[in-house]
Amino acid sequence: MAFITMRQAISDALREEMKRDDTVFIMGEEVGVWGGTYAVTRGFYDEFGPRRVKDTPISEMVIGGAATGAAMNGLRPVAEFMTINFAFLALDAMVNHAAKVHYMFGGQMKAPVVFRAPGGGGRQLGATHSHTPDVIFAHFPGLKVVSPSTPYDAKGLLKAAIRSDDPVLFIEHATLYQLRGEVPEGDYVVPMGVSDVKREGTDVTLVGYAQGLQVALEAAEKLAREGVSAEVVDLRSLRPLDMGPVVKSFKKTFKAVIVEEGYRSYGIGAEVAARLQEEAFDYLDAPIKRVAQFEVPLPYSRDLEQAALINVDRVIAAVKEIL
Amino acid sequence: MEKATLLEWYRQMVLIRRFEQRCSDLYSLGKIGGFLHLYIGQEAVAVGTIAARQPGDHVITAYRDHAHALAVGSETGPVLAELLGKATGVSKGKGGSMHLADVNRQYWGGYAVVGGHVPLATGLALAEQYKGTDNAVLCYFGDGSTNIGYFHESLNLAGVWDLPVVFVAENNQYGMGTAVERASAVTRMVDKAPAYGMEGKQVDGMDVMAVYEATSAALQAIRDGKGPQFLEMLTYRFEGHSMGDPLRYRTKDEVEKWREDDPIGILERYLLKENIADREELENLDKGVEQELVDAVQFAEESPFPAYEELFTNIYVED
Repeated sequence: MAFITMRQAISDALREEMKRDDTVFIMGEEVGVWGGTYAVTRGFYDEFGPRRVKDTPISEMVIGGAATGAAMNGLRPVAEFMTINFAFLALDAMVNHAAKVHYMFGGQMKAPVVFRAPGGGGRQLGATHSHTPDVIFAHFPGLKVVSPSTPYDAKGLLKAAIRSDDPVLFIEHATLYQLRGEVPEGDYVVPMGVSDVKREGTDVTLVGYAQGLQVALEAAEKLAREGVSAEVVDLRSLRPLDMGPVVKSFKKTFKAVIVEEGYRSYGIGAEVAARLQEEAFDYLDAPIKRVAQFEVPLPYSRDLEQAALINVDRVIAAVKEIL
Repeated sequence: MEKATLLEWYRQMVLIRRFEQRCSDLYSLGKIGGFLHLYIGQEAVAVGTIAARQPGDHVITAYRDHAHALAVGSETGPVLAELLGKATGVSKGKGGSMHLADVNRQYWGGYAVVGGHVPLATGLALAEQYKGTDNAVLCYFGDGSTNIGYFHESLNLAGVWDLPVVFVAENNQYGMGTAVERASAVTRMVDKAPAYGMEGKQVDGMDVMAVYEATSAALQAIRDGKGPQFLEMLTYRFEGHSMGDPLRYRTKDEVEKWREDDPIGILERYLLKENIADREELENLDKGVEQELVDAVQFAEESPFPAYEELFTNIYVED
């Protein structure tokens, strides 16, 4: 067992998959000579060479489309968007092509491509570089969307994504790159579409993923000191969404707070809350609460930006409202 | 050029022409839904280019895609069945007119977002280069596509990475109802190629032999290591952009002038004038095409619609 950062876990997964399978290659802006804007692919260019680590022009539309085309023709590209904010430019390639070709052509072709994209706010990058737009991508059947909260999940989920015959968007919350956690030696896979109980509890269910999950865990820890036992469920995958562990937990606690960094309107919380009332109506003891980003473009100034984002205090306050 | 080859091109062009006319009829009867874009007038481009490809070369195009399916040799029945939304269609009735594909014949399909398939073509070519093959990709798009970002990003990437793609601009003079000069700052599509390190060549897209020669040369240039190639096929669609086109944007005189260059007529006159074939031989080919289409219509009409369960299959490879 090693105690490594999420950055390292993601890097290890990429390296191990590239060694295992020659059809796996990396393409994106500054992934090669530079070593990756967030240093995830540092050393890869020297290790694997330009055939397998491809620096692209600043051209998101063709990064998305060419990765999809290469996947259709037998490769397993891992295409990196420098940030998820730039993936908007590739949205058409992702949702109209990667997510559609298998269905639209009656199963004749598949597109086993992985799109990697760091995302999230909290780094004073201003309105255009701080989006958490995960739910937009998760809206479309045909694309799988995963976003890990721990180094362990990051490594296992990325391996599952690369080995999958379906297109996957792998979202990495940039503030989690330095997060450390235990990762076993050797090969393992965390299946996509499987939610995970990260902390057991009895009084309230906190649902989250990625950075929101870490906020929920910290809130649970503080609540425990006040005698409140919170169960924390990590969605890990937004599509397919595994409600099983969430519903199971809710039937035990009768109360839920959903924590997400994206906007509240039309968000993950809205989806999870809707499904909870559909699947566990008789267990509702209180309104389902949502803790999400305020509905403003994220500003640059540090305190102002932080005020718009989710935090532990807001989660605790939400829990106390329904206890 | 061998007689058998020329006659086969003639047969394919007639097949495409009459297939499209059948589609128009079936659309009027309400048996084909959605959008329907006919290839009538442009037959020489699909036939001449695809005739030049070697086994292993790929084909991918936009939404005016019936001709490419027929030219790669897809069976007429399943192609027509797709348009009728039948389970026996090439895409199982899930794609329709704009989304035909036949991957067994390296035909990756028609794509309906203008320009959206150009990066896919670039990716198909990237995979061939990565695997170390000699195969290339024929990527077709209209003049209208050359104004979208996809086009420019794809040509640039192909140029930077030396990808084996022949970019085939089918310049039929109009993007829907907007004439080239009203939409593009340069009116010759080939003038866009040098920006991406390609020379580009304008070709008479109504002359199937010229199309074939130019495409063969382009494919050879790629295999000789000269990188991606760009061809501008000067052509014209005799019918509207799609069914229900009011045709307000061009004059009858203009259409009539182009019709004098009917690609089937050009080849027919050549075959007769050079005594390569007589009228009877051509009529026999026409009859064969008619029978093929009668059979195709019957096949498509008699085929079942997809079962309800099909709605939920092929969303993911792994469910």
